[in-house]
Amino acid sequence: MENFTLSEYLPILVFLILATGIALVSMLIPVVVAPKKKYDEKTSAYECGFEAFDDARSKFDVRFYLVAILFIVFDLEVAFLFPWVMAFGDIGLFGFFSMMLFLFVLTVGFIYEWRKGALEWE
Amino acid sequence: MTIPFLELLTLENIQALGWIVAQVLTITLPLFLAVAYLTFAERKIIGAMQLRIGPNMVGPKGLGQPIADAVKLMFKEIIIPSGASKIPFIIAPVMVMVPALMAWAVIPFDKGLVLADINLGVLYLLAVSSIGIYGVLIAGWASNSKYPFLGAVRSGAQMISYEVSMGLTVMTVILLSGSMNLTAIVEAQQGMWYMVPLFPMFIVFLISILAETNRAPFDLPEGEAELVAGFHAEYSSMPFALFFLGEYANMILMSGITAVLFMGGWLPPISTPLFDAVPGFFWFSLKVAFVLFVFLWARATLPRFRYDQLMRLGWKVFLPFTLLWLIIVAASMHIFGLVGA
Repeated sequence: MENFTLSEYLPILVFLILATGIALVSMLIPVVVAPKKKYDEKTSAYECGFEAFDDARSKFDVRFYLVAILFIVFDLEVAFLFPWVMAFGDIGLFGFFSMMLFLFVLTVGFIYEWRKGALEWE
Repeated sequence: MTIPFLELLTLENIQALGWIVAQVLTITLPLFLAVAYLTFAERKIIGAMQLRIGPNMVGPKGLGQPIADAVKLMFKEIIIPSGASKIPFIIAPVMVMVPALMAWAVIPFDKGLVLADINLGVLYLLAVSSIGIYGVLIAGWASNSKYPFLGAVRSGAQMISYEVSMGLTVMTVILLSGSMNLTAIVEAQQGMWYMVPLFPMFIVFLISILAETNRAPFDLPEGEAELVAGFHAEYSSMPFALFFLGEYANMILMSGITAVLFMGGWLPPISTPLFDAVPGFFWFSLKVAFVLFVFLWARATLPRFRYDQLMRLGWKVFLPFTLLWLIIVAASMHIFGLVGA
């Protein structure tokens, strides 16, 4: 039984290997046929005609971190909902209201975030 | 001492493997062609909407244009910026393109015409389609240049913001069909396409896939007036072509997912003897083409969003709305006694 389910994924593995192969081989074409003339201006970082100043890997807005953290919370919730949705027919009203309770708690947290301004972006 | 797995190397297994490889290629190669002509269709359609002609010089009616573009990119020099991290810089385009191709393994083109008919089809699609974000982030970071870096950060934030509402939208479909297998989902739509009972979810899904693929009006990551080209500004030649291929393959993929989840996949619009005689693949392609047209239509019509508007739509409108709608669907299934059907 275990072998049977795993063998369903064999085409996906083959697909992964082939797709990676196609991508890598296609990147080799210009290595062979394209001209190679490198000089400093060409290989410097693009900056609208300026010479690059400062480090590109500098500070950036903390709100991007906030979005990432919010994503972890809500995507976990989505991951948690998937089994519930799949088992929806078997768990009856008890299962339904259990999840409603969970979603209620989550909504309270969401409203708190909203009021705190974590979702603001100006 | 024996070599492990040697007994697996029988003629039968090799034949089976060769068969799979052939199947994979029959998906991949037409997909490349579809991507090439999608770019052509995009330029022609947007041209027509803006009262221009669009490309018309290469070949009859300009049909050679995508081929010419591809050949041109092949003969360009690969420029790796001197400050870049070389290995991630090369890996990133592969990481964008490979998931966009791989996801096609589970899409049913017709009844029984699917490479891997796995039980967790929907979960696989969600998982694979979010791997592309890593490619984008790695590309922006490895370039070691300001515009790609900002473009990548924006892109990442945008894609994860809309992934949550997309997941919740997909969940309502699973709730109705009771299965994550894509073939079963299509067959459950025999009587009625899910875009009818779930019409608001269908709209949310359409808008979310626009944001997921970084297409207009959500193409902020590559807002050319401020960020030049976004995360791939430093890329040239084939690595750039791979990003391009990945983006368009993703568009076609998302259209395919929409067709399967909401528009009945390979099913004809009405079940009449005449429509049933037409191969299901034709209906599937027609639906994919329609969703792709919506992509291009949106690009030609709508002005770009501002970043705060984008975030507000994702977190303050779509997230509460999809969550509420999920509860409504679940509750109404109990009220109307559809549970366990």
